[in-house]
Amino acid sequence: MHISNSKSAFWSGFRDGSPFILVVVPFALLFGVIATEAGLDLVETMSMTVMVIAGAAQFTAISLMQDHAPTFIVLLTALAVNLRMAMYSAALVPHLGKAPLWVRALMSYFMVDQAFAVAFKKYEEMPEMPVRLKVIYYFGSLTPIVPLWYLFSYVGAVLGGQIPPEFALDFAIPITFIALTAPIMRSLPHFIAALVSIIAALALVWVPYNLGLIIAATLAMISGAQVEVWLKRRQA
Amino acid sequence: MITDKTTLWIVIVLLGAGTFLIRFSFLGLVGSRELPEWLLRHLRYVAVAVMPGLIAPLVVWPAATGGNLDPARTIAALVAFAVGIWSKSVIGAILGGMGALYLLLYLLG
Repeated sequence: MHISNSKSAFWSGFRDGSPFILVVVPFALLFGVIATEAGLDLVETMSMTVMVIAGAAQFTAISLMQDHAPTFIVLLTALAVNLRMAMYSAALVPHLGKAPLWVRALMSYFMVDQAFAVAFKKYEEMPEMPVRLKVIYYFGSLTPIVPLWYLFSYVGAVLGGQIPPEFALDFAIPITFIALTAPIMRSLPHFIAALVSIIAALALVWVPYNLGLIIAATLAMISGAQVEVWLKRRQA
Repeated sequence: MITDKTTLWIVIVLLGAGTFLIRFSFLGLVGSRELPEWLLRHLRYVAVAVMPGLIAPLVVWPAATGGNLDPARTIAALVAFAVGIWSKSVIGAILGGMGALYLLLYLLG
C-alpha cells in the first residue's frame, strides 16, 4: 500500500499488524488462565496485563512468585526478560526521536515485540516517510494487537478457574517459555547461551533466594557474547 | 498459589514502571546515542540466557509429580522445543508441546 496520508499510514500499519492476532489471542488467553490458576483475582490479573503488557515477563513473575522467590529477585528476573526492549527503544530513536515527548512516552508504553518488529521493518524500507506518518503507522500496527491482548487476558482469567486439573496446565508455563525461546535460537552462540543457562540453573538450585537463576543467566549471557566474539575472530 | 497480595501488588506496580522505563529509555531519555558494541553483544543473549534457566528446574522436577522426573512432561518439553526450532512459530510450539503432553499422559497414565 502506498503511504501518502494519515489514513493510508494507519491502515497500512493495521494490515501489517493483523497477522499477529493469531499469536496474541492464544497467548493472552493462556496468561489469563495461568494467572488465575496461580491465585490472582480478576483485578490483579488485569492490572498486571495492562500495566506491564509484556507476556514473557508476566509469566516469569508469576512463575517465580509461585516459587516464593524474594520480591527483589522476581523483579530483577522479569525485568531482565524485558531488557531486549532497550534495544528496540534505541533502534527507534533515528526514526521517531523528533516526535513530541508525550507521543514517544505513549509509544513506549505500547512497545510490544510485534509492533516493534512491524514498524522497524517499515521504517527501514521507507526512511523518508515523515515522522508524523511513522507515528500513525505505529499506532495502526498496534490497533489489531493490544486491545485483543487485554480482552483475551480477561477471557482467560474468567475461564481460568473452571479448567480441571486433567488439562495439566501446571506445565503450560514451561511449554510457553520453551515456545518463546526455540524460535529465537538463531545461531551457535544462542544455543551455547541456552545450554549454559540450563546446566548452571540446574546445578545452582541449592543457592538461596533463587539467586542461582541470576548467576546462571549472567554466565549464559557472557558465554553467548564470548562465543560470538570467538566465531568472528575465526572467520576473520 | 500466590497468597501474599502485598508482594503481588508491589511486583505488578514496579514491574509495570520498570518495563515502561526500559521501553522509554532511549526513545525518551537518552536520545540518539550509539550503544557500545560490547553492550549490544551481551543484550542479544539476555532472553536466551534467562528463559531456559528459569524453566529447566520446572521441566526436570515438576511440582505436579511431587518433584519427580516425569517422562510425559520431559518428552512434551522436547517436542515443544523441536517444533519451535523447526517451525519458528511460538503458537505452533505451544500446541505441539501441550498436544504431546496430553497424548503421553493419556498413553502412559
